Formats: sequence, C-alpha cells, structure tokens
Amino acid sequence: MSTTSKARPPGGAIRRQQTRTAYLFLAVPLLFFLIVRFLPTLMALRMSLFDWNILKDTQPFVGLENYTRLAQDERFLTALKNTAVYTLIGVPVQIALGLAVAVMLSRVTALRGLYRALYFAPYVTPIVAAAWVWQWLFSPQFGPVNTFLTWLHLPAQGFLTSPSQALGTTAALVVWQNLGFQIVLFLAGLAAIPRTYFEAAEIDGATGAQAFRRITLPLLNPTIVFSVVTGTIAYLQLFTQVVNLNFTDQGGPLSSTTTVALYIYQLAFGRFQMGYASAVTVMLFAIILLITVIQLKFLTRRYDA
Amino acid sequence: MKHLVTLALALTVTASAAPVTLTYWQYDYASKVSTMNDLIKQFEAQNPDIKIKQETFPYDAYNQKVASSVPAGQGPDVVNLFYGWLPQYVDSGYLQPLPAKDFPTAAIERDFVPMIKTSKIGGKYYALPTSVRTLAVFYNKDLFKASGVLTPPRTWEEFIAASQKIVKGAPPRFTQLGFGIQPDGQDYHMLREVLVRQYGGSPYSADGKQVTYDSAAGLKAMTFYTELYTKYKLGTPNFFPGNNSYRDAFIAGKVGMIIDGSFAVATIQKGAKFNWGVLNLPTFSGSSVRSNFGSYWVNGITKNAKGDKLDAAVKFLKFLTSADTQRTWLKNVGEIPAGKKLSSDATLRRDPVYGPFVAALPFAHSTLFVDEAGQRKAWVDAINSVILQGATPASALKRAAADEQKLLNEYYK
Repeated sequence: MSTTSKARPPGGAIRRQQTRTAYLFLAVPLLFFLIVRFLPTLMALRMSLFDWNILKDTQPFVGLENYTRLAQDERFLTALKNTAVYTLIGVPVQIALGLAVAVMLSRVTALRGLYRALYFAPYVTPIVAAAWVWQWLFSPQFGPVNTFLTWLHLPAQGFLTSPSQALGTTAALVVWQNLGFQIVLFLAGLAAIPRTYFEAAEIDGATGAQAFRRITLPLLNPTIVFSVVTGTIAYLQLFTQVVNLNFTDQGGPLSSTTTVALYIYQLAFGRFQMGYASAVTVMLFAIILLITVIQLKFLTRRYDA
Repeated sequence: MKHLVTLALALTVTASAAPVTLTYWQYDYASKVSTMNDLIKQFEAQNPDIKIKQETFPYDAYNQKVASSVPAGQGPDVVNLFYGWLPQYVDSGYLQPLPAKDFPTAAIERDFVPMIKTSKIGGKYYALPTSVRTLAVFYNKDLFKASGVLTPPRTWEEFIAASQKIVKGAPPRFTQLGFGIQPDGQDYHMLREVLVRQYGGSPYSADGKQVTYDSAAGLKAMTFYTELYTKYKLGTPNFFPGNNSYRDAFIAGKVGMIIDGSFAVATIQKGAKFNWGVLNLPTFSGSSVRSNFGSYWVNGITKNAKGDKLDAAVKFLKFLTSADTQRTWLKNVGEIPAGKKLSSDATLRRDPVYGPFVAALPFAHSTLFVDEAGQRKAWVDAINSVILQGATPASALKRAAADEQKLLNEYYK
C-alpha cells in the first residue's frame, strides 16, 4: 500500500491540477450540451404526455394518449414507411457508390484535385437551390432528363409528380448530394491502409479482387461503420430536400415522399399540435437510438493487423 | 416625501401625455408594407398621441411567428391574419372581440360584403378586413386568337371547347396548356365552393360543423373537375417547376386560361408580355347559378391591447377599415374593397380587370377553416388520387369527406 504513494511521480500535484483543469474545461461544453441538447429532449418527452396545442389556453395532461393515437395514424405510418424506404435505398447506394468512386480516385494522379472538387461540389451546394434545380431537371414537360429519354425512344416519366416515382427521385437527390462527403471519408480511410499489405498480397499472388475483399474492406470497417451509422441517422431525419422538392404540396404527391421529420414539422408548426408532434419526435428518437445501437453492435469488428 | 410625491405626479402626467405606441404585424409583401407605411404616417398625423410600429415577417413563417408569440404574451397589439386562421386564434383567446359599441354587428353586416360573416364567431366579430379577394379566369388573348377561339367562354362547356383548341401535346408531355390545372393552387377552392354549389349542393352545413359535399352534387363537381384532366386533357398539374406553377406558366405565355384570385393581378400585370384579360368564372349552360370563393385578410386586436392601448387600437382599426383606406389599398396593392358601397361602385364594376372580381362579391362564399393546412391536404390528396392514381371520383370524394370531417370533429368536440 505504501509503495503506491512512494511510486507516485514527483509531478503528482501538477498532474492533479491538470486533471482538475481538464474537468473544468470539459464541464463547459457538457453544460452547453445539457442545456441545448438534453433539456429540450426531456421537455419534449414531457410535452408528449400533454394535449399541448400552442393555440390553446390550457394544456391538459393526457398520459400516453398521444402514443396510442400514433398507432392508428395513417399519415404517421406512411411517413414511417417512407423514411424506412429512403434509408434502405439511400445508405447502401451512397456507400457503394462512394467506395467505388473513392477507390478509382485513389488510383488516378492527374487532375485528382479537380475530380475531388467536382464530386464534393454538390455537398456544399445549398440544399434548397439543389432541390429547385432538381425539380427542373426532372420536370415531366421541360426537364432535360425526359428530353433525353425521348431521344432514346423511351416514354417520358412523371418523376417528382408521380406518386410511385417521387420517393426514388428524392432519394437520388439526397444520394447525389451526400456522395462527395462519402468519397472524402473513404479516401481518408483508404489512405490510412499501409501500402505494405498490398505489396505483400501481390507477392503472395493475390488478385486485385482478393486484395480488395481481404485487405481493403476489412481495414475500411471503421469508416464503413461510421458511414452507415451517420448516414442512417441523416436519412431518418430527412426533411429539407422533401420540403423543397414540392413546395405547395410538401411530402406529396399523395404523401408519397413524406418523412417522419416533415410530419413532425407539419404537426407542430402547421397545425400547432405540439404535444402530438412531441410524441412523434420521441418515437423517432427511440427508433434512431435502437437502430444505432444495433448497428454499432453488429457492424463493428476488430481485425488483428 | 413631498418631493417624491411631486416627482411621482410629474411622472404620471408625462406618462399620460406620452403617446401610446401600438405594434402592428403583417407579412412581408412589398406593396402592402409600403402602403401601410404611408397609411401609418397619415394616421399618426391625425392622431398625434398614437404611434404605430409596423413589423413584418416572411409569409412562410408568419403564422408560426404569430402563434409562437401567443403563449409568451408578446407580439402585436393589432395583427393581420388570414380569415381561415381565425377559429384557432379566437379559440386561444388571443384575439379580443371587437368592442360592440365601436363596431356594432348590424353596422358591420350592413357595410361589408357578405362573405366577411365567416369572421363572426360565437355571434361576435373578432376582426375586419380592408380588402377581399375572389376568383376569376385570367386568359391569354393572344393565344386565344392564335388558336382560333373567337369569343371568350361564358359557360363551362365553352371553357372546355376553348381550352381544347389551345392545348398542345398530350399527357405526360404538354407544350402548351388550355387550362392551367393545379389542384393545390386555387382549383380546390373553386371545386369546393363554386362547382359543388353550381351543381345544386352545398359543401358544408350552415354551422360549418358537418361536411355535406359527399352528395350527388359533390360527385358531379369532383367528376367534372377531374375530367378536365382525365377526359378532356386540357393540361396537367405542375406544368412548370416551382411554387406557383400554373401562374408562372401563364405569365410565360404557355397557358390559355388559369383560375386565380384577384391577389394575382399585380404579379400578372408586371410579368405578362402579351394581351390578357379577366373573365367571370363560367356557369353551366342552361343554368344561372353563380358562385365564387371569397377570401380575405383581417385585422384584429390582440389580448395584449388593454386600457389606453385598446382605445388606440380601436381607432387604428377603424382607420384601417375606413372607405379612404380601402380606396388607397385598391390603388396601391390592387385588392378589392371589403366595403359594400365601394365595391358596388360603377366604375370599379366596369373595370376590365377588377370588374369580374367585384361582380362576384355578392355570391362569394368563404370556407370556415378550423385547420387550414389539414383541410387543404384532404382535398388536394383526393383530387390527386383521381388524376394520378386513377381512383374513382366517388371514392376520392368519400376520402376527402372522411378526412375533413375528422378535422372538424376534432375542433368542435
């Protein structure tokens, strides 16, 4: 026992002070987080138990009524289904495309900067502007995409105006916008893999495909996990693109592009039903939390290098 | 002590002599804001003891902004609202009823056009408009001539015939439309308040609590409207990309006719580079039943205005609804006067642009919305289910009626 105190390095006091300072500095952002992030979350949780309409004088307590109402709310179920479809299309496509482009980009040397800039441009373009351009591109009447289809003697498509195609077109916009960020992530991941592994594989006679499957993919696992988790969360919160692609009938046509986040917005700020909107928010929070925990548990692997 | 009393007295005297400051809110629309600035100057000159502070917010955020100021007890003393929001705002106790001695109900109903009765809630008026809007047909005279349409349509049958001569292309690719069909524009109002009534029905019960368009008349109306797309192929929704698809396309000279409100006059006047005109909404041949959809923005006094402020707010509201202000508003903003006397003025009725809108005032109905966004969605979805998914007009109508009745029940429970 006495050895521990003897073993303590001479700078113990300084270290203790440094630790204290670290805690102090950590406490500032923590406090910010508690007030700006956690407190509103808890307030939403509380609000969801009330029939909280900001246009009413009294906000009666209704217990779990808002939640039981959710189960029969057709619009909520549609929004939930759409959100799931967006995520299931968007995340895999964006990761596959991002990885493919990143692998190719990591091989070129000429004009590398230009290519990177071009792929990254959509990510930094304001979403609203991109949505408006997209609306024009896919216009059934005047859009270049349909003009192109008619050149190929294919029938013109409704795209954003068709209830069966609008969601896919919206998802395509989101993938296109996120692709640049995805590519940058994978480029960083690829750069972090030591060249020696590939050299060794080559000496052992491995093909390119084998090297990709046995070396690149496993060592990119942390990047892929990060992409899947953050991508999933982003898709589950999809909002701005949907709102701006059909401004007069948001989430339309016929609720075919509506998302849970948009539904929350419409309930809260279009119809002032804060209590019910909070219940939807809490549900969305629970869903995101659950999915993230599952993803982290099953996707994260450790490889011995 | 004596000094303190004198000081307190002096303060009270200055306080009562100091002008009352009222805050006025409306949404940000260039011609409305500048006209209001002029009007405020005029009002302040007449009432040196009252100061008005105008604050404006973007249209998209306006309703939210007003609503979020409610629980905080902040915001304006006099506020400009869409009449369709009134039930919710009255319900919240946010607006106070107009003092009966200053605004007697009988006088209001004598002086204003009939549609403003939708602002009477529980037997009391809570707000009054300066101007009102109705619907009419805007038509492109040059396209009419080029397509060989010699006389502008007066009946729906002629409306269809004229449109068919103008339209070019077929679904889904049109290059020119006969009629700028747009369910989520003004069309769903036209269907609900004009077509249903022209077929002899009525969209709602007299107290507004029951949906009554799920009827033979309603079915005929829904069938007629959706056939403009499905059968006659006069045009397509969202012809142009953007927020105001049908209006933008009309201004670009690509559409023969659109149905729009008088509030669109200024925009069309400014944008259209061709000869255009305004027509009354058509009737059915062999029938003389006219109807129109009327809407308006009202000015109300919030619960924030008490005592001196209330007196000042009453004065300001009287000023805002006066004949002089209505005249200024027509001249500078282009919206038609809400007063019966002014809107029946012969020169205004003969005006080629404003005439058709003014002529519709006596038979214009306005819907009492309890949840404007929700009620609109019910109709737009019903129409879209027919034209985009091939549902029958009957099932679409049932669906709209069920959706909307649910919202009415929620409000009136």
